[in-house]
Amino acid sequence: MEATGFDTWVLSLAVFLPLVGALVIMMIPKAYEAELKLVALGSSLVALIVGVYSAFQFDYGAAGDLQFVVDKGWIDVINSRYIVGLDGLSLPLLLLSLVVVPLCLIYSWNHVPEPGNTKAFFILLLILSTGMNGTFVAQDMILFFVFFEVVLLPMYFLIGVWGGEERRYASLKFFLYTLFGSALMIISFLALFFLSKDSSGELLHTFDMRVLSDVAGVGIIKNTQVWIFAGLFMGFGIKVPMFPFHTWLPDAHTQAPTVGSVILAAVLLKLGTYGFVRIAIPFLPEGAVSWAPWIGLLAVIGIIYGALACLAQTDMKRLIAFSSVAHMGFVMLGIATLTDFGINAAVFGMVAHGLITGMLFFLAGSVKERFHTLEISRLGGLLKSVPRMGWILGFATMASLGLPGLAGFWGEFPAILSAYNPGAGLPEETFRTYMVIAAVGTVLAAGYLLWLYQRTAFGEPPEEFAGHEIEDVNRLEWIAWTPFLVGIVLFGIWPNLIFNVTDDVVSGITASVEAIVAGG
Amino acid sequence: MDVLLAFTRPSLDWHALAPELTLLAFGTLITIVDIIWDERSKQAMPTLAGMGLLATLVPILTLAVDGTERSMFGGAYVVDDFSLVLKALFLISGYVVVLMSVDYIRDGDYYENEYYTLMLTSLLGMVMMSSSRDLISVFVALELLSIPAYMLAAWRKGGPRSNEAGLKYYLMGVFASAVMLYGMSLVYGLAGATSFDAIAQELGSGPSNPVAVLGILFVLIGFAFKVSAVPFHTWAPDTYEGAPTPVTAFLAVASKTAGMVALIQLVFVAFLGREDVIQPFFWVISALTMTVGNLIALRQTNIVRLLAYSGIAQGGFMLVPFAVAADAPARAIEAVVIYLAIYAFMNLGAFTVVLAVARKTRSGEIDSYGGLFRYAPGLAVAMTVFLAALAGIPPAGGWFAKFGLFRALLDAGGGWAAGLAVVVAVNTVIAFAYYARVLTQMWFQPVADGDDRPIVVTGALGAALTVTLLATMAFGVLPGLVGHFGEVSVLSALGG
Repeated sequence: MEATGFDTWVLSLAVFLPLVGALVIMMIPKAYEAELKLVALGSSLVALIVGVYSAFQFDYGAAGDLQFVVDKGWIDVINSRYIVGLDGLSLPLLLLSLVVVPLCLIYSWNHVPEPGNTKAFFILLLILSTGMNGTFVAQDMILFFVFFEVVLLPMYFLIGVWGGEERRYASLKFFLYTLFGSALMIISFLALFFLSKDSSGELLHTFDMRVLSDVAGVGIIKNTQVWIFAGLFMGFGIKVPMFPFHTWLPDAHTQAPTVGSVILAAVLLKLGTYGFVRIAIPFLPEGAVSWAPWIGLLAVIGIIYGALACLAQTDMKRLIAFSSVAHMGFVMLGIATLTDFGINAAVFGMVAHGLITGMLFFLAGSVKERFHTLEISRLGGLLKSVPRMGWILGFATMASLGLPGLAGFWGEFPAILSAYNPGAGLPEETFRTYMVIAAVGTVLAAGYLLWLYQRTAFGEPPEEFAGHEIEDVNRLEWIAWTPFLVGIVLFGIWPNLIFNVTDDVVSGITASVEAIVAGG
Repeated sequence: MDVLLAFTRPSLDWHALAPELTLLAFGTLITIVDIIWDERSKQAMPTLAGMGLLATLVPILTLAVDGTERSMFGGAYVVDDFSLVLKALFLISGYVVVLMSVDYIRDGDYYENEYYTLMLTSLLGMVMMSSSRDLISVFVALELLSIPAYMLAAWRKGGPRSNEAGLKYYLMGVFASAVMLYGMSLVYGLAGATSFDAIAQELGSGPSNPVAVLGILFVLIGFAFKVSAVPFHTWAPDTYEGAPTPVTAFLAVASKTAGMVALIQLVFVAFLGREDVIQPFFWVISALTMTVGNLIALRQTNIVRLLAYSGIAQGGFMLVPFAVAADAPARAIEAVVIYLAIYAFMNLGAFTVVLAVARKTRSGEIDSYGGLFRYAPGLAVAMTVFLAALAGIPPAGGWFAKFGLFRALLDAGGGWAAGLAVVVAVNTVIAFAYYARVLTQMWFQPVADGDDRPIVVTGALGAALTVTLLATMAFGVLPGLVGHFGEVSVLSALGG
């Protein structure tokens, strides 16, 4: 459905307004700091408003179809086009990405981390925003690839310039891992380009994701599908990150400045899982069926490994980082089941994890700023020294361990449940074993999160902080955090807000996988 | 044979030769002006050289608009779209190098008019190279472009390193020419002709002949020296480091491009039928060149040496499509031409930043880039764009070049091509590791030696930076621009 009138501009505006903001800021001299910040916030807020407008104009009755579609020539020589569109799968993630960036700008309003330079910091955040938004709406593989990669350099610099002690190591590790994945990913994209055929056996030679999704890998033999899927698996799996490619994540998270961690957790990791749902599974159903048991295996290893690693951490931020590995394990388990139920849970899990873990990283940042340490053993008594922050931390940990009624629950519980009855062609016993292991993982999650909360929030504040007047949650933090807190509660009470939107797309994907498996 | 026995004056197409003649005229003009006005003329030299290069673009444009393919001297010299695209690329690269040279040569008090004359002469050789479709004209063009380059490499007469650079380059170059000539003589002996079309017919079919294999290999190895492919690369780092930086940029970009252009014509026209020789040869040599170049680059501490080894590795990337020359000829030529065009701008850009920074720091060490972002944010951002482009990260231009390689490989298909694609992917990652070392210095480190006065970028360097930066970004965001030229050149190279 091609968009008309103003609607043709909606997605492009949402994607490129932050970039325009960044270009404008480049022109403004450093001395005009207030103006810089206003332009940055303004451009990201206008992008958000455009995004909200698209959410209101969105036809929820046809959430399975792409809307606001724009299809224009871009690189004719390789038959790659500028195609963007929004469907029920993209919408929640696009909104998440649009919401997070202005909140991060607000959070950093008055204290850009050492060594300062608000201008560069804000420019990078805005470029990052363009990359993230673009990835979620791109409907052409090359366009997707470009946006996917645009994210890398800004994040590299955010970690490398404004990060902690080990920032150089962490930023380079982040970059090299992701670059390796995306190099293999582009090879797979090209293999798809050259090998995809339509139902009558004609070679398609297209990067158009709508077409490739429709033909669903017909005409690519299973063995080839498995290989192409392997390339995509590296590209997306490293980004998620899946065990054993997760090792960049704890370093990157721990060393990144607060908003860097927030964006990394809230949006960047989702680019990987989104890639699985948007590209890998629908384009290569047979490859997906062959790989699913292995993805499920790596997912549950990630769950248990992440949880055990959390129990061993002494640093609050690093603990949250490892909890991300575990949580993304649940998301990947849901995806691996190839069921309607599981993938819906996974998409929900992406949004929920984004909000909850993003919130936890905000808290870690604010704790670090006030106490100059994140050593769990040196913290304690947060409920007494900074009661409001202590309560928010309690709330966020509860949400993170999957307490029913908060958003985290709806990502994890259905994902585990869906493994009981995996999709057609998948081994039932294996997935039921995964289910049990994942369930153990939730218990461990409760363990490490409650232990974290107990050690940091309960008891008396340690002596080294006694007598200091420590500021509780300040106004900027309230502004930045409230949307996260509201979201966690809202989606927890009313999960259908997301499920209803995503279900049409997801059931379309699983139906086509089932059809292929049944046919083959 | 008739040609030798009864000489008939070949018909000359003056329009087709107009670019070469214009270039020659300006080269001569510079010399004459120097003789007449002597010292007073020095100021005008770079301007004259630049004007000469831009003026040469005019006939190229009219030829392109005209669009007919012109062939002369029994097919030895052809002006088609392929050659026009590359001629334009040489001239624009040359123009950027002239911009880079202005202050360097003037401040060094070197011989200005000779410098620009030699540069134009070398460019004349390159321009001729892109039209040569015959062993003899290729060889003449190659020597015409190489001999001035030997002298340019030794331009800093007082510096032992520069002398070493020139001498090494000269000796290796002559050696390569000798090997190549021997190979050519074998090929001629078998084919009985020097024109590529005739060679293709004679060698392209029938069972494998060891003499033919040897001849082809020797010719290819001769050019492997020119494009500094591993294991024939050893001259490059020393020459690059010792030569004046603008000359290094010239060698790394224009001279390498010329070698590649010759290889394109040899491989895709003359030897295409002998895929049993060329495909394995290029598979091995491109994999080696990428990997070795990248691994050695990891250990460099001098920025010019780093760029030299990165240039070797980039050359390896350019050789990749040759490995599928017979399986996917159109895609392969397109990939090489696109790579050459993008590489020219991103690499010249990186060298321009090196020149600009060295004007202040007087150092080539990577450590001297510490804190560049603090005191020269513009240069730091520009360098970041160029390095990102070289590493192949969108939206800077290089990604499309790498993409072209992958596209050619996967179009050819099969296990070997896919294997090479994985080698390319791994090398992309290794390459970023050393580009990141420069990024780390510029962005993450404190200011080296505490001197944080801003850098004054001269007008000429600023112009060079603007041109290269705009081109690099434009190729990244709208790759169709360069893709179009790639497509055009394929049609004519394969059709002719």
